[in-house]
Amino acid sequence: MALFTVNLNVVSAQESLFSGSIKSLQITGSEGELGIMPGHAPLLTSLKPGMALITKEDDSEEVIYLSGGMLEVQPNQVIVLADVACRADELNEQAALEAKQRAEENMNAHGGDVDYAAVAAELARAVAQLRVIQVSNKKS
Amino acid sequence: MAVGKEIKTKIASVKNTQKITKAMEMVASSKMRKAQEGMAASRPYANNIRNVIGHIALGNLEYRHPYMEEREVKRVGYIVVSTDRGLCGGLNINLFKQVLAGAAKWQNQDAEVEFAVVGSKATSFFNNMGAKVTAQISGLGDRPSITDLVGSVQVMLKAYDDGKIDKLFIVYNKFVNTMTQAPTIDQLLPLPKSDDEAIKHRWDYIYEPDANVLLDQLLVRYVESQVYQGVVENIACEQAARMVAMKSASDNAGDLIDDLQLIFNKARQAAITQELGEIVAGAAAVG
Repeated sequence: MALFTVNLNVVSAQESLFSGSIKSLQITGSEGELGIMPGHAPLLTSLKPGMALITKEDDSEEVIYLSGGMLEVQPNQVIVLADVACRADELNEQAALEAKQRAEENMNAHGGDVDYAAVAAELARAVAQLRVIQVSNKKS
Repeated sequence: MAVGKEIKTKIASVKNTQKITKAMEMVASSKMRKAQEGMAASRPYANNIRNVIGHIALGNLEYRHPYMEEREVKRVGYIVVSTDRGLCGGLNINLFKQVLAGAAKWQNQDAEVEFAVVGSKATSFFNNMGAKVTAQISGLGDRPSITDLVGSVQVMLKAYDDGKIDKLFIVYNKFVNTMTQAPTIDQLLPLPKSDDEAIKHRWDYIYEPDANVLLDQLLVRYVESQVYQGVVENIACEQAARMVAMKSASDNAGDLIDDLQLIFNKARQAAITQELGEIVAGAAAVG
């Protein structure tokens, strides 16, 4: 059954979030959404803030929020090296909404003297968190 | 009873020492728990990035990063992670022995050896030895941050980039369990090859977005995470080793007190017997 499942490890600098066989992985790469199935060609990419949707062996799904990082794919193994990551149920919707609002205000309020890249990154993270929360709410 | 008094002061002083070692043991065991948690938390990341790097080193990549090329070895660099404080048994010495054995092997092959040291114990050891120390950092505390370490790591990476060293190792104590700490030498550069048999054929990655950017980013992260993990493990080892060392010191002090107490009691008993003998003899002479 080698080609129907693939081994996935999701780790962040603080903890190991997922380790086990999966049927597929859906993840936000720096160039767009990626779907990783077992037997994928070797791939190396950086990750944008976004979510990882893992379909496990028993067809149950798990959603993990990633703030960015790296993804390595080998035919028999997938490794996600995340900067900061947490499971969907650990996210706080209220806090994410506030962060999004704050970032948007920052961006609109002062045009010149803010670090645009930093604010944009913060906004991207907040939006990604909200999306993760939405997806996981829809499932449950 | 002059003998008795001397022994009594000795017992008191050993008891004081025992109190100190007991306190140190307890401090170390509570610090160890925290250090162990920190170590366990970052271990998966370090292991996985090492796996990724192992795969990359095996591949036939379009972009040859200097970190991947095996060069002729003329100079070897060691990053030695030690503790800042003593009283932790043979932890540091065992580690240094390993380093010296490794360094001697390179010197036999006409390669020079230089060191970047972390922790004041290694600093004083290698300075006394007259070895070439290019970078040193100490006083990291119980919770080091990656930014503290980056400086001395950069020195070694730069030396590697400039071709001043051709191999880079990191040496630290690996935490196995509370009783066992294994001195470990890991190769950082050039990238160690993974022994995964399944991917031994010629292949290359698909890169998104660009090979150079990705690899540069990944390799820097790799080195930082390995050094950080080494330091964190070493801290957990330090506390564990200190706990064990202080426990045995407390036990030894207990044995010493028991022995001294026995001698003291014997001396007292002898003095009483002698006194009794004298009284009896005196009474007999009078009667």
